[in-house]
Amino acid sequence: MRKILLIGNPNVGKSVIFSRLTGVHVIASNYPGTTVEYTRGYMRLGDEKVEIIDVPGTYALEPTSKAEKVAIEMLKEGDIVVNVIDATNLERNLNLTLQLIKKKVRLIICLNFWDETKHTGINIDKDKLEKILGVPVVPTCGITGEGIKRLVSQLIKPKISKYEYETENKWSEIGEIINEVQKLTHRHHTIWERLGDASVHPLTGIPIAIIILYLAFKIVRFVGESIIGYVFEPLFENLWAPLMLKLSSLLGGSGFIHNVLIGRLIEGKIEFVESLGLLTTGLFVPIAMVLPYIFAFYLVLGFMEDSGYLPRLGVLLDNLMHKLGIHGLAIIPMLLGFGCNVPGALATRVLDTRRERFIAATLMAIAVPCMAQIAMIFGLVGKYGSGALALVFGTLFIVWIILGLLLNLTLKGESPEIFVEIPPYRFPYLLALLKKLWMRVLWFLKEAVPYVLLGVLVVNILYSLHIIEFVGRIASPVVKGILGLPREAVGALVIGFLRKDVAVGMLVPLGLTLKQMVIASVVLTMYFPCIATFAVLVKELGITDMLKSASIMIISTLIVGGLLNLILR
Amino acid sequence: MQAKIPNERKPMNETDLTQLQNRTKALVSRILGGYGLQKKLETLGIRVGCEVEKLSAQALRGPIILKIGNAQVAIGFGMAKRIIVKYTDMGQKDANHNTKNDN
Repeated sequence: MRKILLIGNPNVGKSVIFSRLTGVHVIASNYPGTTVEYTRGYMRLGDEKVEIIDVPGTYALEPTSKAEKVAIEMLKEGDIVVNVIDATNLERNLNLTLQLIKKKVRLIICLNFWDETKHTGINIDKDKLEKILGVPVVPTCGITGEGIKRLVSQLIKPKISKYEYETENKWSEIGEIINEVQKLTHRHHTIWERLGDASVHPLTGIPIAIIILYLAFKIVRFVGESIIGYVFEPLFENLWAPLMLKLSSLLGGSGFIHNVLIGRLIEGKIEFVESLGLLTTGLFVPIAMVLPYIFAFYLVLGFMEDSGYLPRLGVLLDNLMHKLGIHGLAIIPMLLGFGCNVPGALATRVLDTRRERFIAATLMAIAVPCMAQIAMIFGLVGKYGSGALALVFGTLFIVWIILGLLLNLTLKGESPEIFVEIPPYRFPYLLALLKKLWMRVLWFLKEAVPYVLLGVLVVNILYSLHIIEFVGRIASPVVKGILGLPREAVGALVIGFLRKDVAVGMLVPLGLTLKQMVIASVVLTMYFPCIATFAVLVKELGITDMLKSASIMIISTLIVGGLLNLILR
Repeated sequence: MQAKIPNERKPMNETDLTQLQNRTKALVSRILGGYGLQKKLETLGIRVGCEVEKLSAQALRGPIILKIGNAQVAIGFGMAKRIIVKYTDMGQKDANHNTKNDN
């Protein structure tokens, strides 16, 4: 099958063009041997089915990051290259174009954001550009779909450019091209641009950031709670529970098989959080308690990503984050970590040095609970009011800051500075946003549900073999003595390695006091990453650094848990 | 990268990006750094001879926001210190109008 590559700088609207060209069926996968993710899809070109690949954004063909290395590797496999250009930034974008021309690839140029050139006072003579470079040039507007049909019709006639230049004269050549094809006229600032300036200005930026993050939190909680309250809880309580009760009596109400599938009945009823059966807790926790929050979180995050707000947040937080040995862009792995620590760990790649990646990954794994765990904490600790929630998350925030300061002081080396493009604010293209949301939710279902089921199964096996009791007795001095938790909480700590949401759920039948609940929530977040995150961190950091990171986690958990046990009453 | 920031004398009409007034345009005249830094800056269009406009700066030696062509870029303080710019005539005039802007 022939391959079409979409290649271009970051923030040129490549993904929107990709969404327009491909159908619903889109696959995200890792480039072989790396953790760099890219998406591919398929389209019909006449009678032929072709593969379309959305190559990670790159500014140049000289690799400075893993993602750029992958982009260059992919270039070798492509049959047709579509160079997506931000038409409002022609000069800088042509840098990559000229480098592509040097590679003698079969090329088509797509001038995206064509509509924006009109009201930004830019006039590009696309016919002249086509003539100079000798490859098809198609103006498009990804959001409205304008020009996409023409792009498709040009896909069958890419050309190898005959344009020749010396590498050292590249910028003067670009300058000449710009002089030939582009004319600028004066124009006024748009409201989006004023808003853009205000949200990075030191005086107005921080209040705006606080409002945005507060709203984001509120929306996630509102959407999550609504879906749970109106959809999943009624569904499980009214439809699924009676069905399970029937199955329970069919299985005779007890025995190993019954316990594995249905779990323990509590006062003759199924308690979806406590029963711990594969078909009860194993389905209820991921689907009815966690999934709604995952959906809500990625919906809000998608808006923040696609509107262009995240780099601005990075700039605002840069100073604070430098004190922790990482720069402002490290806010991206942190935010992603709130969804799931696995993509959070993968996103540490936006940082340049090993030291930064180590600090960011450790801080994320230790102090950023994933949405699955947050959802469970909301559900269980939230009953005691927002004060209890504030205590849990406040403690984690303080740990994040103090541990970062300590790591920055003790680890050798310095942290490089922020260096990032701030794209203009754009209203997200909803189809692309929903596609991304769908891929993330699907990914959660595929990754999480099997682990939750496995976790529930393991709990049952461990309990019936009395292993948790045994470990509990051994770990009692630490769990009871230092952390002030009952011995049975060890079960949750063991299962937390598989799934943290199941682990939080396991605390319910223990009848913990509020203080113990807070300590257990903090400890479960900090003590160790779940197995999926652990595996990714080993890959990203290497085994030695991961062991270092893990010891930091265990030691700080004991210190923080112990302190909480002393301070709280 | 932050370690040694060269502190050489600059001619009257030159300054570095951290010293440039907000809302002022200037031409990049020199980049005090090696091949790596030059290549890195070039990816976002910062190179000798190009015009930049400083939009704002975060407090306490925080990042500096620049406009290059139609794009905005945030760069760290230390990196900005290494980018030497020459006032353009227009820029000088703008700078006089904007003396109230802090830096």
